Amino acid sequence: MTTPLTPPPRKDPLKRTVSPTQPPGIRSRAAHGLTAAAAEGRFALQTCAECGTVQYPPRDACCNCLSVDLPWRDVSPAGTLLAETTVQTSVRLYFRERTPWRVGSVQLDAGPVVICHVHGDVVPNARVHLRNLLDRSGQGVILALPEERTDHMADDPELRAMSSDPHLRRVLITDGRHPFAPDLAAALKAAGATMVFAGEPETWLPNPNRAALEAAGAEILPLDVTDTKSVERMAGEIGGKADILINTARFLRPGGVLARGGTDVARDEMNVNYLGLMRLAQAFGPAMCGRTADGVNSAVAWVNILSVYARTNTPAYGCFNASQAAALSLAQSMRAEFRASGLRVMNVYTGPTEEDWYQPLPPPKVTGTALARSVISGLQQGLEDVWCGDVAKDFNERFRKDPKVLEIELGQEGGE
Amino acid sequence: MTGTLTAFAAEIATGAIRVVDLTHTLDPDFPVIILPPEFGQCARFRMEEISAYDHRGPGWKWHNLSLSEHTGTHFDAPSHWISGREVPNGDVDEIAVENFVGPVAVIDCSEGAAQDDDFELTPEIILAWEARHGRIPPDSWVLMRTDWSKRTGAAYLNMRSDGPHSPGPTPEAIRLLVEERDIRGFGTETVGTDAGQGAHYTPPYPAHYILHGAGKYGLQCLHGLDKLPPTGAVLMAAPLKIKGGTGSPLRVLALVPGEST
Repeated sequence: MTTPLTPPPRKDPLKRTVSPTQPPGIRSRAAHGLTAAAAEGRFALQTCAECGTVQYPPRDACCNCLSVDLPWRDVSPAGTLLAETTVQTSVRLYFRERTPWRVGSVQLDAGPVVICHVHGDVVPNARVHLRNLLDRSGQGVILALPEERTDHMADDPELRAMSSDPHLRRVLITDGRHPFAPDLAAALKAAGATMVFAGEPETWLPNPNRAALEAAGAEILPLDVTDTKSVERMAGEIGGKADILINTARFLRPGGVLARGGTDVARDEMNVNYLGLMRLAQAFGPAMCGRTADGVNSAVAWVNILSVYARTNTPAYGCFNASQAAALSLAQSMRAEFRASGLRVMNVYTGPTEEDWYQPLPPPKVTGTALARSVISGLQQGLEDVWCGDVAKDFNERFRKDPKVLEIELGQEGGE
Repeated sequence: MTGTLTAFAAEIATGAIRVVDLTHTLDPDFPVIILPPEFGQCARFRMEEISAYDHRGPGWKWHNLSLSEHTGTHFDAPSHWISGREVPNGDVDEIAVENFVGPVAVIDCSEGAAQDDDFELTPEIILAWEARHGRIPPDSWVLMRTDWSKRTGAAYLNMRSDGPHSPGPTPEAIRLLVEERDIRGFGTETVGTDAGQGAHYTPPYPAHYILHGAGKYGLQCLHGLDKLPPTGAVLMAAPLKIKGGTGSPLRVLALVPGEST
């Protein structure tokens, strides 16, 4: 059993905050497939298209037949621990600060032997379940976990170092007026978040979510992502204790280019969905990046809730989707800029959601509880890309097959 | 004439004439009018730093502003409303500047507004005011004092599920002021010249409809009308010279007799 984490004591103001260090982040081009799969929480290995050999580590040619046709395919993560050891010291600063650190070799049922990180609850010669996870350098690594769940499994130091678990962390939901903010707040609390802050723009208007947010235990604070001063003020107040930021701020209206008269509504969309994200990143990003090694409640993740149509547009919500595409592009830049600190950017893509502005669309639509579930599990697994709901998952499959075909299909649907 | 202006300047200097500011500070948190969400919306006031004595401009600080013509304390021109679309010189840049300085009558409705959020300014109230202070002279500004500018936050718009609730004039009151008194314009301390529930009158939004249809002006989000006497003050309300503008944020000042006079 893993020793459960305990709430950290209040920070000693005389102690210097530990600077973030990183595990080695250099990979060959061939190895990036592992990271791509880890970003979505898939366990994939190079599988030779000609002879079917599954190989690890990734190479440029098949170790059996020398074929260079080596697509990454999802394979069974089951295996048996062959050998294990515990590293007591390391010349790598990141590991030196985290020893003892357990590593081992695993015979995968799918074929290859894998050198990997080993969870503390795995006993010698046990059957194990491998997970492909992103480490703090943003690269895919493999961790062997016990086949069956164990108590406080998520608190294992190696797993905790790779996940973005909200347990014992403080979370800011940037827009508490988002229809799903109360569900998110409740789910975060249930997942063990110590504090949930919810931003409230335009305090001069009634907030229908107020009672539900308070009932969920969220603390409501004034925050308007369209107002730079407001964002700076809030970052000044709680930037140093936002361990996870979930950006729910969003301006949504239907209509493509011709359905809209003028650019005024699109301006609001860009101001909230794109510039709002930039304002948040400029105000909260540096403080969060500086606190990624700050103990149990270190800063770990930045979450963006995006429409899946950010990737390929569809005209019924064409202008809104364009602002989502801008936000997605910015999020990719943020991800790369934050990478050096280990702060992870997680994008959660949803199809149409169960709310007023998507009312004319047929189901299935994403509910607040479904979104909250996706966000929490994505954080617990330390993902970068999460596809929430059937529409988003189907979209992802079609996008993966052929983005151009998807564009044609979505355009012909004339809507979402 | 030179003597008059010199004396006027001297009276400001001595405090015999006081200058009163009737303007709310332009602030991102100041409410704007809210329309049903499928309509276009009034932009909130926003300010972005261009530089602040930093790498973006080492020796100077300045901002870019964004706002609507109808954000904060602002002026409504006739072209703001469909009834005034054909009024000659109906845009802010076309209005003769003489109209921006003139006498003002202040009708105190603060007691009624304190008791009733939907308090109405009626012809009876206007006639009772005239019985005490004399007939409203032609080409005057008429301001409805409600002390609403002392409200802050959510209490200002006072938005409920059936819309905002704030005081304003009835169609009959506005008709009396426009058709029988030929006023220059009408101003309020609330977010619009009309009552919060003004959509439910005939015509909807009677102050906007009748005032602007007759080429009259509006002032709203005024601040501190309790500092004005019922009569005898002069209002200075000059909108920005925006080409084709239907309104403008502005600094509204009043000249009032000092304590000693």
